[in-house]
Amino acid sequence: MDFSFTEEEERFRAEVRAFLDQEVTEEFHQELEERGETEFSREFTKKLAQKGWLAMAWPKEYGGGGATMMEQLIFSEEIGYHHAPTGGHRQGINLIGPCLIVHGTEEQKREYLPAITAGEVVWCQGFSEPNAGSDLASLQCRAVEDGDYYVIDGQKTWTTNAHRADWCHLLARTDPDAPRHRGISYFLIDMKSPGISVRPLINMLASHDFNEVFLDGVRVPKENILGEKNRGWYVSQTTLSFERSGIAIPAGAKRNLELLVEYAKETKRNGAPLAQDPIVRHKLAEMAVDIEVNRMIAYRVAWMQHQGLIPVYEASMSKLFGTELIKRLGDIGMQILGLFGPLERGSRWAPLRGRIARACQFSLGGTIAMGSSEIMKNIIATRGLELPREPRP
Amino acid sequence: MDLGFSEEQEMLRTTARDFLDNECPKSLVKEMAEDEKGYTTELWKEMAELGWMGLTIPEEYDGMGMTFLDLVILLEEMGRACLPGPFFSTVVLGGYTILEAGSEEQKKELLPKISAGDLILTLALTEPSGSYEPDAITVKATPKNGEYVISGTKLFVPDANVADYLICVARTKEGASPEDGITLFLVDAKGPGITTTLLKTIAGDKQCEVVFEDVKVPKGNILGELDKGWGVVEKVLAKATVALCAQMVGGAQAALEMSVNYAKERVQFGRPIGSFQAIQHYCANMLTDVDGSKFITYEAAWKISEGLPATMEVSMAKAWVSEAYRRVTLLGHQIHGGIGFCMDHDMPLYFKRSKAAEPTFGDADFHREMVAKQLGL
Repeated sequence: MDFSFTEEEERFRAEVRAFLDQEVTEEFHQELEERGETEFSREFTKKLAQKGWLAMAWPKEYGGGGATMMEQLIFSEEIGYHHAPTGGHRQGINLIGPCLIVHGTEEQKREYLPAITAGEVVWCQGFSEPNAGSDLASLQCRAVEDGDYYVIDGQKTWTTNAHRADWCHLLARTDPDAPRHRGISYFLIDMKSPGISVRPLINMLASHDFNEVFLDGVRVPKENILGEKNRGWYVSQTTLSFERSGIAIPAGAKRNLELLVEYAKETKRNGAPLAQDPIVRHKLAEMAVDIEVNRMIAYRVAWMQHQGLIPVYEASMSKLFGTELIKRLGDIGMQILGLFGPLERGSRWAPLRGRIARACQFSLGGTIAMGSSEIMKNIIATRGLELPREPRP
Repeated sequence: MDLGFSEEQEMLRTTARDFLDNECPKSLVKEMAEDEKGYTTELWKEMAELGWMGLTIPEEYDGMGMTFLDLVILLEEMGRACLPGPFFSTVVLGGYTILEAGSEEQKKELLPKISAGDLILTLALTEPSGSYEPDAITVKATPKNGEYVISGTKLFVPDANVADYLICVARTKEGASPEDGITLFLVDAKGPGITTTLLKTIAGDKQCEVVFEDVKVPKGNILGELDKGWGVVEKVLAKATVALCAQMVGGAQAALEMSVNYAKERVQFGRPIGSFQAIQHYCANMLTDVDGSKFITYEAAWKISEGLPATMEVSMAKAWVSEAYRRVTLLGHQIHGGIGFCMDHDMPLYFKRSKAAEPTFGDADFHREMVAKQLGL
């Protein structure tokens, strides 16, 4: 066993850290917040592309950096720690790009991949529907052949960045009579296509990140299908060798914990620093322990991938652990801030610029998005422990 | 980074598991819980022949010269098997204290005997205050006629009933700080003035009260420097804490496997209870706790093995594993239903051990306070 990084890896971390320290400043965060783009920045995405870090995980022949899994892990950890915005590229780099590399035709690869690696196009994901959340395979959006086109009708929801995206990768049913998983196809859709309308869904932080997307007779050229017709479900399940550790969550939590530790040291309540209160000490220490356990659980995923092993349940465990952890951290942070906790940025009394209040509210979405905690536990139980599946009607 | 074990380490695990499956069935564990001595000489000798007692003792003292991380693997398997007996006391508490503090002469005298399985040791540290802090050391050692005379009561001393020597942590001076003035003495456990009483515990482990009444100890039996013993205790405690975590990890893994197997077999409402989401989610929680316990323990063990500072990691491991083991055994009992509540079942072995291990070397609250200090709070 060896829990250390090589000298070369440490040098890389220092380089990334120095860049992010310079770019992801308090002023930068403030500017994004004022623009309503907390999680999103096209400029930042482009800067990462210029550094050669955006597609560092991709194979070199597709414009990637061919980075090792350990380098990817380090990069993600630093991005998470700095709370850097990834909304401008997450979909393109982590999801559609890798799917294109595996399932795309040569033409599709030529057409779409360079724009993704350059950080020039923003993708959104058209998967979830009002009646297809955790049970995604029950999706009803329909695509019907019409000459050289498919005509798509239906509704998508929770579509993050749909109002900013240039393209959408979307699942639609192409064979309503086939078994659920075998009648779905994968489409690449220009968001400027006639028939697409985007309606904002404002989240509980009053932020406009996701949307409802309505598709009304949207005509998509046949060459924009990714993979074979009716094989879209399986295309969507592509797990490529990009890093799936979930390290950004405990790394971001570590940063917030450090801020809370500083706050507790500097803030007096009832005449004594909060840091001397045994309950506060206990709570912060508990979070430090949880974050370290989370870091190990995440490292394991990356290490397995580094070894060429395919994580079975380990990535689900990391996602489950991390998203549950930031809920506890948000909660504990608010308790420590007391009456000041609910104050939002903009108020001169708001501690840590309202960051904890945001993190606390934001954490509620983590255990729902990208597979709820319950779904993660089902995966851990059935794949990790081989417990029998629940019979489905 | 390498989060896997080497081939040799995997082999050590397999050997240990096979051996303990055969030689340490749960029937023996239960028998030994009732037994006055708490272990069998046969099993002890066989373990010595496998080289286990000298696993991390350097080769020059007839040991195998392996690392602390290797020992952690062995301890995990012992925790899984609920191995009874004075292995932990002798090898971890005794062996590492001698390695850390003993003179060359003492090492040459004692370590080969430990390796051979000819010596049983333990550490007499805690007292009726039940604290691991240096100010809790009140048992006095007073110089008299060229030797020391020890008086006072040690409590929760593991395996003192079968030990050949006790390493007694005694106060030789009221120093400027509580750490100052503590000295380690190697004391003949059967010598005059020592009264050892076995405590009745829920886990059937052999914890003792040891009363010292004017026990005479030659000067030459001091381990390490006079008055400077606390530093040694801290180093040994760090190893012992992680070693205990390893045993707990093994126990938690066993409780998890037992519960998952039961959930696959037990049928209610016409299907295995493991197909119900409530049970699946319990099992997922258990696996998460067990996996987390493993890596937080391995990280601390690796740091110790490499000689790196590990104060934070040791405390994080014990804080986490203490509670995780408890959560795992509690959920395991819930999954087993009524049958797990029976004396004859194996589940209570793990629950009881989790309760015994929780406060040992400091509970989760104690170690969270350590973490708080490390965080700069």
